[in-house]
Amino acid sequence: MHPLSSRSRVVVNKTMTFWERLYLPAIVGGLWITFRHFFYKKVTIRYPEIKRIFSPVYRGLHVLKRDDLGAERCTACGLCAVACPAEAITIDAAERKPGEEGLYREEKYAAKYEINMLRCIFCGLCEEACPKQAVYLTDRIVPSSFERQDFIWGKEKLVEPVEPEKRVDVSIRHYFQKEA
Amino acid sequence: MLFWIEKISLVVLVFCVTLVIAMYATLAERKFAAFFQDRIGPDRAGPFGLLQPLADGIKFFFKEEFIPANADRFLFVLGPCLSMIAACMTTAVIPWGHDIVIFGQTMALQIADLNVGVLYLAGVVSLGVYGIMIGGWASNNKYSVLSAIRASSQMISYELAMGLALIALVMHTGSLSLREIVQAQHGGHWNVFFQPLGFLLFLICSFAEANRVPFDLAECETELVGGYHTEYSSMKLGFYLFAEYINMFIASAVMSALYFGGYHFPGLYHIGLSDNSAALVGVGVFFLKIAAFMFFFIWIRWTLPRFRYDQLMRLGWKILLPLAIANMIFTGFLSLLLG
Ligand code: SF4
Ligand code: SF4
Repeated sequence: MHPLSSRSRVVVNKTMTFWERLYLPAIVGGLWITFRHFFYKKVTIRYPEIKRIFSPVYRGLHVLKRDDLGAERCTACGLCAVACPAEAITIDAAERKPGEEGLYREEKYAAKYEINMLRCIFCGLCEEACPKQAVYLTDRIVPSSFERQDFIWGKEKLVEPVEPEKRVDVSIRHYFQKEA
Repeated sequence: MLFWIEKISLVVLVFCVTLVIAMYATLAERKFAAFFQDRIGPDRAGPFGLLQPLADGIKFFFKEEFIPANADRFLFVLGPCLSMIAACMTTAVIPWGHDIVIFGQTMALQIADLNVGVLYLAGVVSLGVYGIMIGGWASNNKYSVLSAIRASSQMISYELAMGLALIALVMHTGSLSLREIVQAQHGGHWNVFFQPLGFLLFLICSFAEANRVPFDLAECETELVGGYHTEYSSMKLGFYLFAEYINMFIASAVMSALYFGGYHFPGLYHIGLSDNSAALVGVGVFFLKIAAFMFFFIWIRWTLPRFRYDQLMRLGWKILLPLAIANMIFTGFLSLLLG
């Protein structure tokens, strides 16, 4: 058969020569290999100080986006919850009252929007399902906790702040997403 | 009276030095392991991670003290203690340096100059296996017992070759006292040049006696869970792990003393130091040699895979033992011819 790579070796069951059976030369060879690695460049990334760059397709903690005027984009259509294979999303819808136009972009909004981070498998289907570009997965990591309750993230933690400088940048996600 | 003060202070000093070295050997092991694997290793506790052994020790003390329900409580506690004691006892006969003179008193840098030092060494080293045996037996766990059996049969197999290598050495120097063996090596007449095969055998057997890779079959995780200390936790486990590092230190010290001239180094008497400072330099040199051997122990650990059990036995009985006997006969023959 044609070898698939240049690294394949034919196994021969030949008896070892005396030199090979001595084993000590092989040990010296092995010691030399490990000793060389002593001076190699270290691959360690010193985590809290240096963070590894995430790839554009990295799917971490969700964010609920606001539009340019600061109104929440989500219209509580529930498509994300339906799409979610882990059934991690819980939504309660409510109707926008007059005078709340600055808060919610559509007439219907999510009064409650919860994602259970312990259920979520970070597949990103919610982001794909959303017709309003409201929910995105970001390059942030869900913080650890001792309490289960802490992993149910409500709107107060998911919705991004109004201030433009505190907005969560998801432009990298558009790289492979449809238009905004 | 003065004699006792001198001896007791020396005992305390040697004990502390041994413990500190064993502590930092754990750090060195982790650091070097990291370097061999292109990593950085622990460096968060203190500058360069120098407080890491301390942190590890504190952690051990705060771990839950657990004794299995069906374990023999007395033996269970005795096991690690015995390991530790046997490991520390060997330091008694190692000559750390030349005599030094303080206030007109000559002080030997050796706790006890036994005239059968080599014999004492071999005896105490073989005691070490009792700690493992008792611990493994008392745990009432099949893996522990299997591991203990492995450890003891390994010790017995390798002690034979080790003893025979030592006999050849003793035939060469004509003394059983470690001090005299070291004294006889001054001026670069290191025993390793006269007993290269003996040294190689002794080196291999030291690895087996110290339960280090590639002979650490007693704690082979893939087959035996944790080996003889599967059921141990807290500082009792710490004692077992610590005893291994002390054994490594002792084995390095013994090899340096027996085969590499101990506290001698070429040119020691030509650089014109006073006797006391020459002795201290000698101690430093001795510790350098020990450090080199300990590095070698670590280096080997991160290079070689573990032997299979039948390979281990084959190596011990069919290769090392005949070689040791041949070496002994050859040495005897030579000394008869030349002496
Ligand atoms: S990422 Fe996947 S699992 Fe997580 S909430 Fe969205 S759809 Fe559900
Ligand atoms: S996040 Fe998007 S998909 Fe989910 S409910 Fe809101 S608008 Fe609909």
